[in-house]
Amino acid sequence: MSAEAMPATDGPIIRYFEREKLDEIAAPAQKTLRLPFWFSSDRVITVVSACLSIGCLFVIWYLGTRYRINLFIRFQNIPTPHEVFVQAGEVIGSTKFLINIGMSLERILLGFAIAIILGVPLGLLTGRYRRIRELVMPAVEVLRPIPAIAWVPMSIMLWPSNESSIIFITFIGAFFPILLNTIHGVEAMDGVLLRAAQCLGASEPRLFWHVILPGALSQIFTGLAIGMGVAWVSLIAAEMISGQFGVGYYTWEAYSLVNYPAIVLGMITIGMLGLLCSGAIRLIGRLTMPWLAFAPGSRK
Amino acid sequence: MSDKGFIDVQGVSIQFATRGSIVQAVKSVSLTVQPNEFVSLIGPSGCGKSTLLNIVAGFAKASSGQALLDGVPITGPGSERGVVFQQYSLFPWLTVRKNVEFGLRMSGVARGKRESSARTLLGLAGLLAFENHYPDQLSGGMKQRIGIVRALATSPQVLLMDEPFGALDTQTRTVMQEILTNMWQQFRISVLFVTHDIEEAVFLSDRIYVMTARPGRIKAEVRVPLPRPRMAAMTETPGFMELVHKLKGLIREESIAAMGSELKSGGLTGFGMDVGPQGVGQLL
Repeated sequence: MSAEAMPATDGPIIRYFEREKLDEIAAPAQKTLRLPFWFSSDRVITVVSACLSIGCLFVIWYLGTRYRINLFIRFQNIPTPHEVFVQAGEVIGSTKFLINIGMSLERILLGFAIAIILGVPLGLLTGRYRRIRELVMPAVEVLRPIPAIAWVPMSIMLWPSNESSIIFITFIGAFFPILLNTIHGVEAMDGVLLRAAQCLGASEPRLFWHVILPGALSQIFTGLAIGMGVAWVSLIAAEMISGQFGVGYYTWEAYSLVNYPAIVLGMITIGMLGLLCSGAIRLIGRLTMPWLAFAPGSRK
Repeated sequence: MSDKGFIDVQGVSIQFATRGSIVQAVKSVSLTVQPNEFVSLIGPSGCGKSTLLNIVAGFAKASSGQALLDGVPITGPGSERGVVFQQYSLFPWLTVRKNVEFGLRMSGVARGKRESSARTLLGLAGLLAFENHYPDQLSGGMKQRIGIVRALATSPQVLLMDEPFGALDTQTRTVMQEILTNMWQQFRISVLFVTHDIEEAVFLSDRIYVMTARPGRIKAEVRVPLPRPRMAAMTETPGFMELVHKLKGLIREESIAAMGSELKSGGLTGFGMDVGPQGVGQLL
């Protein structure tokens, strides 16, 4: 220790340390207890937080209905968690309920798929070419502020069947977020990547497939996530107004039939399905963009 | 060794309009890079040296004059001119090897063939162990080595480098310069290298063009008669230091002129700058 404390004023200008001695004084490697991944403290905190977060909702719901709170907001007609649970027990497994879920999922997937097929290529072209942008954007800016729900009457008139008009409304909901995020993804791309590709011999069509699409992909997935959310909002509204079958229809029908537990069950079902769909998009995003795991970011 | 890769820039001027006024970036510049020659272009910041390189790369068009490669006018980017950018510009969605393969893929080389040639090149650059990493997993020096390897993969006739080591720290930079000079010795292609680092230019080049402050013109052409292969130790020889000293003098005048035009007159002494024996007034 005394050698380290040598005053800086005398002695050689450079003092070399021998590697072996350094290894001796190096601190021994800390032994860490290896826990299974699902039991690490980090994991436990994640699970506890999730339970707390959802538990809070249940507690408010339970207490509100238990004491029939009536302070401006009125819990008197709200079904209790128990009632909803019973309703769920009756309904889940019944063909009618499953058909409702199946119909909603089918509409979402169709509307969403069409929105991707049209929105992504149009977004790539619009983002890349000024002339196309000048042609497309004015129409987009006019149509975009119209909420998908406002399209319901028009859609019923436009489309031959109820089914196609609901899918159209779902499509409208998903289309604009996908289109605009794709455009933004292309515009925000680092131009140097395009130049690098060009001087490596990439022709314009190849540039689209090999550079512009992957470069905009993370922004496109942001658009898909937002689009999926809006698509569900639009779908449920459309089903409530003009539908036959579907979870939105189920929920509205329950209200008409004064079957209050079924309303809540419908809401919970919609929430779960929405969660499932956005979870699927996140998962697909992670699988298609493995490089993002290493991208610099500010997420803690 | 080929006799291809002759860059001939003939009286190129570049002007562009910004906010109504026309800026003359480069004024009637002529320069050449002989086949297999390493030529650097140095000058104060904003002198248009990168713009000039962009003309040769085909990213920008000259307002007048033209740039030729082996007698053919350059009209756009092409794979016979490899470019290495300052900001690495690797595709973050491709692994290291796929990045290197990119040019070969664009020219339709079969998968197996491009894989093996990418591996050979990565091996030469000592990066084979990282072939399946993504660029964001690597350090700046490694990224730029991959950038160079990627540009070389299509066997271009010339390599255009735009301050490729500008974003690296000093230590990494000197190591990269040695790697580059070794690679150039192996590949023997023409290089046009833009930098503002005088030592770097002298260490690497056969010839150096010095540009003036905006509007950029060629102020001087300096031959570097130092022997090859060049090692780090060469930077301490009198011959090296003398050349650096000369170039510093040339650049310094231009840097002060460049700053002077930004600060208008009389600003320099106010910033506590020592402008040397010539004095500010003389230079501005």
